Amino acid sequence: MRPLAQSETAVSIMAPTLVGVVLVAFWEIACRAWNVPVFLLPKPSDIAVTLARDWPTLVGALGITLRVALQAFAVSIVLGTLVAFLFVQSRIIEKSFFPYAVLLQVTPIVAIAPLIVILIKNTQAALTVCATVIAIFPIISNTTLGLRSVDPGLVNLFRMNRAGRMATLLRLRIPSALPYFFGGLRISSGLALIGAVVGEFVAGTGGRSSGLAYEILQSGFQLDIPRMFAALVLITLAGVGLFVVMVGLSRLALGHWHESEIGAET
Amino acid sequence: MLARSERTEPRPDGAVAPAVEVLSADKIFPNGTRALAPIALTIGQGELVTLIGPSGCGKSTLLKLMANLIEPSDGRVLWWRGGYDQMIAGGRQVAFVFQDPTLMPWARVETNVRLPLDLAGMAKDAARARVMTALARVGLTDFARHYPRQLSGGMKMRASIARSLVIEPDLLLMDEPFGALDEFTRNRLDDDLVKLCFERKLTTVFVTHSIYEAVFLSSRVIVMASAPGRIFSTLAIEEPQPRQESFRNSARFAEYCRTLSGLLAKASVAGA
Repeated sequence: MRPLAQSETAVSIMAPTLVGVVLVAFWEIACRAWNVPVFLLPKPSDIAVTLARDWPTLVGALGITLRVALQAFAVSIVLGTLVAFLFVQSRIIEKSFFPYAVLLQVTPIVAIAPLIVILIKNTQAALTVCATVIAIFPIISNTTLGLRSVDPGLVNLFRMNRAGRMATLLRLRIPSALPYFFGGLRISSGLALIGAVVGEFVAGTGGRSSGLAYEILQSGFQLDIPRMFAALVLITLAGVGLFVVMVGLSRLALGHWHESEIGAET
Repeated sequence: MLARSERTEPRPDGAVAPAVEVLSADKIFPNGTRALAPIALTIGQGELVTLIGPSGCGKSTLLKLMANLIEPSDGRVLWWRGGYDQMIAGGRQVAFVFQDPTLMPWARVETNVRLPLDLAGMAKDAARARVMTALARVGLTDFARHYPRQLSGGMKMRASIARSLVIEPDLLLMDEPFGALDEFTRNRLDDDLVKLCFERKLTTVFVTHSIYEAVFLSSRVIVMASAPGRIFSTLAIEEPQPRQESFRNSARFAEYCRTLSGLLAKASVAGA
């Protein structure tokens, strides 16, 4: 890699890290200077101590929440792309069912999560369903848009070469749809995590296994605010991590050709 | 696909079947627009013919009729004295080149050029040889592994032409392929095109807006008028093929351009 490229990547990592460090430093100093009570806003050092102390429990909880989120994400991808393919095959099907997909999107999950948990015996499954309900719409919407957004010149070309439906789907529609699909993935990964956390908040975990939402609730009851914040930090990191992975996948798949990954010409 | 010699075999009476015959074919679009009045036109095998005319004269429509991309509302088009499917069954191929290079941006140049062969089910190894030959023909051998975004406009157009050559067509139809390029690139591509068509005895029909291009390339320029689209006049260019670059600087060239210009002016008024 050329030095220039290297320093560009370095800058894009260093710059936000620097901002983060400055903000955390300011937070620490402000809390100390103004003697902010720990139950209102803990200092970063308190949170760090709690994280270290309760690491096994918190990471375990993170694992449980992540598992639900990832399961929901996987189901959303599989179901979402299937539905998108169906929609593209027939305008009638799309017109008939798209409004219901929108319905899924706009119904507040906090309202229907308790209902889902009552309907589905297995708590883990119920939470996965909750998270899927939120996470699936961007995939359906974006993938459908992508499968339809094909260069008409290329459609003509394929038709002239007497390409069959499958060949057109595999060689033309899917590659054309990838940028949109990855856009949907980015949004959906975050929503799957939110769905997992919100689902747990609203519906509980049935006692056996507890995720980070449970930890947050418990810490609230016990007024262990640093622990609450520690759990929050872990959720945030998980969300950022998911996003970064999606961005990385995007770059892998699209980096060599799509404008969104290439940027301006130097 | 049949070998070239079999396809250009003369008929028993000595004459070679014309490549394309447009027999009183016309076109009325579903919304009622009369794009073409009945056209009678014969393109001989190995000829390079250009269609030129004011906007809306139906030259692109006529080209698409010859490509079987659209069907005539009346009359018919024959390819080598038979129907289109008959021609395909007989092993002949028609290639169409649009004004847009229309390359798949996610695939390398060689994959793009190989597309018609992939769609026809040819094995990758067998196709490779044809792809490299086609790329060599248009001077893009060194760019086989590049992506379209790394190519200039002229190079993308060359790739598009290579893609049309890879099926070894007998009939090449081009709809203002060089319209979006600068004059120097256009001249160079025209030079290469005439050599190519001459070498492979390709029957070519070329739609253009440029008088210079029409005179330089073709042995026959067909001037069209609009409302309704029809053939207004034909100009024969008596200059041996393949055309040399020097032709552009000659007095004969200037004379032909003057004549064609006059014909076009009349054609533009004849419409309306």
